[in-house]
Amino acid sequence: MTLEVPEGRTTTFPKAPLIALDTLWLQVAGTVCNLACTHCFISCSPTNHSHEMMSRREVERSLAEALPLGVKEFYLTGGEPFLNPQIFEILEALLKEGPVTVLTNGILILKRQAAKLGALSESSDYSLDLRVSMEGFDAATNDPIRGAGTFDKIVAGILNLHEARLNPVITVSGAMNDAGAAASRERFLAFLRGLGLDRPRLKIMPLLRLGAEEKRTRGYAAWESLQGVTLDDSAARSLVCSSGRMVTSKGVFVCPILIDSDTARMGVTLADGLRPFELSSRACHTCYVDGLSCRT
Amino acid sequence: MSNLEPTRVLDLGSFKRVAFFGGIYSNHLALRSAIDRAQALNVDATFALGDFGAFGPHPDRSVELLRDAAIPAIQGNYEESLSSQALHCHCGYTDPQDNRFAQLSYDYTRENTAPEHKAWMGTLSLQGRLMLGTTRVLLCHGSPRRINEFLWRSTTSTAFIEKLLRDCETDIIVCTHTGIHWSRMVGPSRGIVNVGALGRPANDGKTHVWFATIEQAQGDMVTAFVPVEYNHEALAAEMESERLPPEFVETIRTGYWTTCLEILPAKERAAGKW
Repeated sequence: MTLEVPEGRTTTFPKAPLIALDTLWLQVAGTVCNLACTHCFISCSPTNHSHEMMSRREVERSLAEALPLGVKEFYLTGGEPFLNPQIFEILEALLKEGPVTVLTNGILILKRQAAKLGALSESSDYSLDLRVSMEGFDAATNDPIRGAGTFDKIVAGILNLHEARLNPVITVSGAMNDAGAAASRERFLAFLRGLGLDRPRLKIMPLLRLGAEEKRTRGYAAWESLQGVTLDDSAARSLVCSSGRMVTSKGVFVCPILIDSDTARMGVTLADGLRPFELSSRACHTCYVDGLSCRT
Repeated sequence: MSNLEPTRVLDLGSFKRVAFFGGIYSNHLALRSAIDRAQALNVDATFALGDFGAFGPHPDRSVELLRDAAIPAIQGNYEESLSSQALHCHCGYTDPQDNRFAQLSYDYTRENTAPEHKAWMGTLSLQGRLMLGTTRVLLCHGSPRRINEFLWRSTTSTAFIEKLLRDCETDIIVCTHTGIHWSRMVGPSRGIVNVGALGRPANDGKTHVWFATIEQAQGDMVTAFVPVEYNHEALAAEMESERLPPEFVETIRTGYWTTCLEILPAKERAAGKW
């Protein structure tokens, strides 16, 4: 494929510096998930083992590396983190060292799990945030993407967290039409208040045209590229890859999005990942142009 | 891998006991009370850590109080923005609702701050350094690496504090910007103190506001957070007559934050009402 370079642009890609290792991402569930969402950018499913789950020991190894580097916070993702049989031990270990955010579909958070999470949160000096993903106000919009019957189960998980005095951040992706529009946002907040969440928290994420999403709609087009773009300090600082790294069972990756890309694998240990990264992936366009931040 | 920006740093001298004022947010009545309270505590000196304007009424009144009292000050994001004619406060919020209220606050402050005061703000340093006995103290607004970085208790790891201290070659970091006071020592005479804010209450249902003192006593650093009572009803009335958002006035009257809530981490938000 030949890219056309607009006049005045160079043919090189900008490089994002690693300014600091603020965020340690941990792919604790690998690519294993209880759902197979049609927009998942890493095509997670019950049978996708391209990245395996991480054991508590593996997490602690990364933690030991990250602490001297001044890590500020931890994000756990997958797949579905609550499929990991050691998830509560992992959370306990991490919450001794810093704040933790877990990205989940909420389905496996029954009352007992929610109560355990509430107790973990209570006993830590650091914040524990649960980020629950859904796609709409009702089953008709959510279930075609996340699977039949999932809307009700996600809502149940959210309510269990609320009952345990945890206030989850609800994440909605661009798969929901007009998710980013102010009116949609207000409508979603009203929906969450209607569920009984008195202080609803909402994060809207742009779509990443990778993995399953490529088949659902489309992949990245040739023009969606950062070739020739000059990255100023402010833009560099806002990129997830300028302040964090992702660790999976396969090693260290530049960010949580590109774990299926060989060029985004930076090595075995965090020390291998302490270097700039060339923004040559199509998905880098989404982070740069749409201002995507995977952090809450 | 160092993440510190080159910056203008003011050498402030050497002391035994000092007071630090965090964000004032145009709360000139609280500032007046805090100046008196600090004097009564016999501190050697008082320093202001930026964000003199925002949120409250008549921004010039706070600036005039600070300048009349000759309180050394560094820039916050408000002073940086006002002195450079920026159109936004650069508070660092990411949520649309937070940004909406931040813009209302900034537009009012920008329109009501005298050009002479804006010019003075442009002369202030971004950071300051002082000695408390043998302990090195770095003054900044948000964090040493970014003027608008939020350092909350529940989201600032000890490992991160250690790294900042190493990178800055200091023993104590003193900051504000979040509006909620906290401190954590990570070793003997080593740690961080977020001095909180004089501008609005600490989201705890109490109407008073806070500043901090730090002193070297018996070879150790002792931090005290000092509550400041002031005529909050009079401030609320001024805010109403200036037609500032009723949400801001409610915070002054109730002690609970009603705006800029989405930036709060889970624990700090759970402590409030909204």
